[in-house]
Amino acid sequence: MSQVKEPKKRKMSLERRHNLTGWAFLTPATLMIAVMSFWPMIQAFILSLQTGKANNLKFGDPLANYVRMFRDNVFMASLGNTFLYLIIQVPIMLILALILASMLNNKDLRCKGLFRTAIFLPCATSLVSYAIIFRSLFGVDGFINTVLINLGILNTGYNFLGHATSAKIVIIIALVWRWTGYNMVFYLSGLQNIEYSVYEAAKIDGASPMQTFFKITVPLLKPTILLTAIMSTNGTLQLFDESLNLTKGGPANATITMSHYIYNMSFKYVPTFGYAAAMSFLIFILVAILAFVQMKVGDKRD
Amino acid sequence: MTKAKIMKVLMYIVLTIVSLISVFPLYWMLISATNKSVDVSRGALLPGTALIDNWKSLLSQSPVGTAMINSFKYAIILTILALVICSLAGYGFEIYHDKGKDAVMSILLLGMMVPFVATMIPLFRMFSSAKLLNTTIAVIMPTISTPFLIMMFRQSARSFPHDIIEAARIDGLNEIQIFFRMFIPTMKSTYAAAMTITFMNAWNNYLWPKVILQKEETFTMPMLVANLTEGYVTDYGVLMLAVLLCSLPTVIIFFLLQKSFAEGITGAVK
Repeated sequence: MSQVKEPKKRKMSLERRHNLTGWAFLTPATLMIAVMSFWPMIQAFILSLQTGKANNLKFGDPLANYVRMFRDNVFMASLGNTFLYLIIQVPIMLILALILASMLNNKDLRCKGLFRTAIFLPCATSLVSYAIIFRSLFGVDGFINTVLINLGILNTGYNFLGHATSAKIVIIIALVWRWTGYNMVFYLSGLQNIEYSVYEAAKIDGASPMQTFFKITVPLLKPTILLTAIMSTNGTLQLFDESLNLTKGGPANATITMSHYIYNMSFKYVPTFGYAAAMSFLIFILVAILAFVQMKVGDKRD
Repeated sequence: MTKAKIMKVLMYIVLTIVSLISVFPLYWMLISATNKSVDVSRGALLPGTALIDNWKSLLSQSPVGTAMINSFKYAIILTILALVICSLAGYGFEIYHDKGKDAVMSILLLGMMVPFVATMIPLFRMFSSAKLLNTTIAVIMPTISTPFLIMMFRQSARSFPHDIIEAARIDGLNEIQIFFRMFIPTMKSTYAAAMTITFMNAWNNYLWPKVILQKEETFTMPMLVANLTEGYVTDYGVLMLAVLLCSLPTVIIFFLLQKSFAEGITGAVK
């Protein structure tokens, strides 16, 4: 009897052992995310209900910080700037990336690797580096002004970063430059999962490149488009390096982003951690809402 | 010319222009690093002779060597730890998956939505009360384990054949040996992609090191470069040389691992 039972018993214990091994494998990573991400998130919320400077934080009116936010002109400006970047820059970048990816997916194209590498190259430069490169290019005595003067378009250097509208445009140009190739790689990867024969069949059926793009590429890439849209939204809401290093938030806070303002309120001036935490919690809520909306919209078109 | 031919020519023109625009700022940086500031302002587009002067000037005003070493130290330690810990977890989530583990994974994925700026202040307070400001641990801890990397490795573990695991078990390998001897060598391209992404993020990270590192001897390259623009007069030649040094490691890694990077991303998007 014991001989019959033996293997079953061993198998059970083996299964349990594998189960426990699985937990052991994933515990370090899970714990670290819990401690370094979820726990601070809860603390940020608790902090956002407290007011006071530096470490003299106290619970008073729990909504004081949230009310203050909407009366704070600089914060409202940073919210407006962030959404301006989101509404203008993200669609331009994603559409451009999609067009470039479908061009590079063409089997007959020569020098494909060269084009792909060149367009992806900006992503290899650090955020601080490219912000400073663009700051220098668009400086009063920078390269762009030199070219415009030599072409006779301008008489003296134009202070691109000193005027609100042009400073915003420079930031948008810089962002598109830095991130288009990054998104393009995702689309190229997605396109590789689509059978190329679909495109050949469309060609034989006499579909124009436009039709192929809208009827085949876009619908089949929808999951990837959704992924990049969510990533870009998330990234745009957290823009920091560009605001700080390209325009220093100026002129007169015309280009400051939410993260930059939160940084200033926490680490540049006398820290108001409670208020800064409230603003950062708003970013979290915005990220969550926008991701939810994008997923809903993404689902509907199925 | 037929319509198809015109389209083709148009395509080459568009791709060439976009490629030139993509490369130009980096070319300009490279050229500017070898020119005097005045010449940069005059619009120099060819290599100059001021590289060594710029180099001397840069060394005399900021501790580039220290910052380089610091950046490498933080990025390498972080990348190794992140790869080991996240791939173990991704493997664990996929190979031993059951309802409980799947539930934990979906909670972790929610972590992707947590913006760093929201956790930054509590993390700063946490590390500062633990007296860990200006330490390597504080720089790397928050980004060692990320839902993105775990997901990437879980996705690639999905294509890891179960037969191999069974065969290895019969051969008497234990579970951790199977992971190190079977899984890691098979998943080279995923590891290469994960390495590229993690190293680049670690090297380029700016906000968190700026918050947590307050002593100059602990500064990273991006911090050093950003500080160079603080003065009233900008020496473009020196500045661009610093930017070049700051960009070089990630650009080199990118070129070395470009192919496996693309393969790894393809695996993750599937």
